Amino acid sequence: MLRASLRQISAALKEGQITPTELCQRCLALVRSTQFLNAYITVAEETALKQAEESEKRYQRGQPLGELDGIPIAVKDNFNTAGIETTCASNMLKGYISPYNATVVQKLLDQGAVLLGKTNLDEFAMGSGSTDGVFGPVRNPWSYSRQYKEKSIPRSDSEPENSNWVIAGGSSGGSAAAVSAFTCFAALGSDTGGSTRNPAAHCGVVGLKPTYGLISRHGLIPLVNSMDVPGILTRCVDDAAVVLGITTTYIFVCSMSLFRRLSQSKLNSIYPIYIFLFFSVSCHVSGSLAGHDPKDSTTVQDIFQPFALPTLTDVSKLSIGIPKEYHVPGLSSEILAVWSKAADLFKNAGAKVVEVSLPHTHYSIVCYHVLCTAEVASNMARFDGLEYGHRSDMSKSTESMYAATRREGFSDVVRGRILSGNYFLLKQNYEDYFVKAQKVRRLIANDFVKVFGSGIDILLTPITLSDAIPYVEFIKEDNRTRSTQDDILTQAANMAGLPAVNVPTALSERGLPIGLQFIGRSFQEKQLLTVAKWFEKQVQFPMIQLEEVKKHDDGVLQHQKSASFS
Amino acid sequence: MTPRNRFRWRVMRVLALCRWLRGGTVRALRLGAAAASSAPPSQVRQRLGPCRAVPCRAVPCHAIRGGNGLSSPVCALLQDSVTVEVLDHLERLALVDFRDAEGVERLREAVRFAERLREVNTEGIEPLDSVLEDRCLYLREDDVTEGNCTAELLKNAREKVEEYFVAPPGNIPLPELEERDTFLKGS
Repeated sequence: MLRASLRQISAALKEGQITPTELCQRCLALVRSTQFLNAYITVAEETALKQAEESEKRYQRGQPLGELDGIPIAVKDNFNTAGIETTCASNMLKGYISPYNATVVQKLLDQGAVLLGKTNLDEFAMGSGSTDGVFGPVRNPWSYSRQYKEKSIPRSDSEPENSNWVIAGGSSGGSAAAVSAFTCFAALGSDTGGSTRNPAAHCGVVGLKPTYGLISRHGLIPLVNSMDVPGILTRCVDDAAVVLGITTTYIFVCSMSLFRRLSQSKLNSIYPIYIFLFFSVSCHVSGSLAGHDPKDSTTVQDIFQPFALPTLTDVSKLSIGIPKEYHVPGLSSEILAVWSKAADLFKNAGAKVVEVSLPHTHYSIVCYHVLCTAEVASNMARFDGLEYGHRSDMSKSTESMYAATRREGFSDVVRGRILSGNYFLLKQNYEDYFVKAQKVRRLIANDFVKVFGSGIDILLTPITLSDAIPYVEFIKEDNRTRSTQDDILTQAANMAGLPAVNVPTALSERGLPIGLQFIGRSFQEKQLLTVAKWFEKQVQFPMIQLEEVKKHDDGVLQHQKSASFS
Repeated sequence: MTPRNRFRWRVMRVLALCRWLRGGTVRALRLGAAAASSAPPSQVRQRLGPCRAVPCRAVPCHAIRGGNGLSSPVCALLQDSVTVEVLDHLERLALVDFRDAEGVERLREAVRFAERLREVNTEGIEPLDSVLEDRCLYLREDDVTEGNCTAELLKNAREKVEEYFVAPPGNIPLPELEERDTFLKGS
């Protein structure tokens, strides 16, 4: 039952095959028995059961709030949750209890979802392995799957069996692991440079990064304001659409014909506004998470009208772009093979598959590095110990208290990004680095506008350079090097604000998931997910065969605690 | 840069100059392109561009790099911009310290990596602040929609008196480099 998709379990709840309380209890039991994964930082057992009871009453009255009513979900620990600790996996925020819910959390609760707990991440979401948080690394559930165990060669007899486990990817690794291990049906992550898609790819789940401005960031502890978006992690594309809020019917063909007409009208890249308006008028989404939030001025104000995710049967009208610059050095031959097989799949089904060029891709990661650290430097200035979070005992002066607090509260990774960000923002460096990076960002965004303007509907790219690597290998390189390698194929979508989704595609030789990325046009989540759904159906990604949960816990998980709403 | 920071920056420059005049560790004075003996190969310099206005109070790289030295030409160039003075200034601005040689090396790496941006021709390109630049920024009505949550907001503060957050004595700048608890001390 727990392996069902969100929509299946929602139907089961409606038919009374299971009650929300039973479902919640079973999920909580699984959370406990998979504690060794370290996916959760806080498990909100008490409040979850309370929410489930309320949901049960609604079902008994025959008035459930919608498809999400009674569905257990998890939320990354950088979204504020009233009454439940929000730590960002940092000493700086240990013990911090937000007085309000993030808009996305509130929206999920308003629709009856049951919040099981807060998931693990890299400190302040800075990382790509979920290994750099103060609560320890997240373990990829696939490390304990039959598929991996059958194919992986034991390292050596001297090493304990445990050291073979692979990373979950990051920084939303806890959320991805939680969905992958069946402890919840959907989870929220955040995506600044690939933090939702990367762990989704490594954990074999669907990870959606929506268009910048579609979903409210209010209550998401900011990393890079101009790129952050809440991400959605689910077991299948349909579920992601449900959480995003694509619910009632709308004719897909209609919007497809609009694309065709547009692409034939030879609009060139200097008309992005028209394209933008045209599309945002022609397609609207609404419901669960998407939509304007008065508390976030960067959410767009268009009135979104809901529509259903159609089942695509004919892809012959589609034009799929394969950006050649994504064939980067270091891309494993296995991923490359899966990528070209996927392209062939579309070609054989009649779609137009075209090689396209995004010439500035090469500089995207450098540009991201500068903009990210600069915004981090500014964002992290809020942590001074006065109003919330950790405060040092130093009391000589305000400034020295600030400095001591921040020294004690931030990890080396966070401090490193703050310092380099401040360097790029120095008066003498501002033009050379920060403004320069913003200019390069426009070139990168324009690359996408040009490609989509040339009639391409969706871009198909790899998402990671290889499948997940063992933790012991991963930590041999430092955070910056890792983030540079791991964000290389994902951050460009953030730079341009485009929607992108990871679809689990195949298993690697080692029995680990490989995902591919689809990048769509701005605010065209529906088209993006429709194509992703078609692709998902074709590839038939195998379900994880989790071996019976054994005692893997070796004391790493003592920090897990329960929380309750105040 | 706020006026206060600008003031501090000036003070810093003066102080740094005083320290430099006082001597101390061996310092190499480098004036722009007229580089000292460890000048980098010309092609690297060219790539970095001629417009590089750098403070000319550079100290040798090894003086602050500790044990793990790097001898790449780019690093030699970076000596120009990542001086002890800049590091000290950064610690004051960021209110976090480098902790150790690794911290300094991390900054050097980050700067070195960012240098690649110079290869891109951005002539005539406007900087992009936000991907939503072609839309009006939403402003909500100037109405109070929530409030009366003082008690709840104060809950997360460690030190408070009545309805106030309590801070240690203000208007005292961070101690000078030599008096501060920092890895940069003595470099």
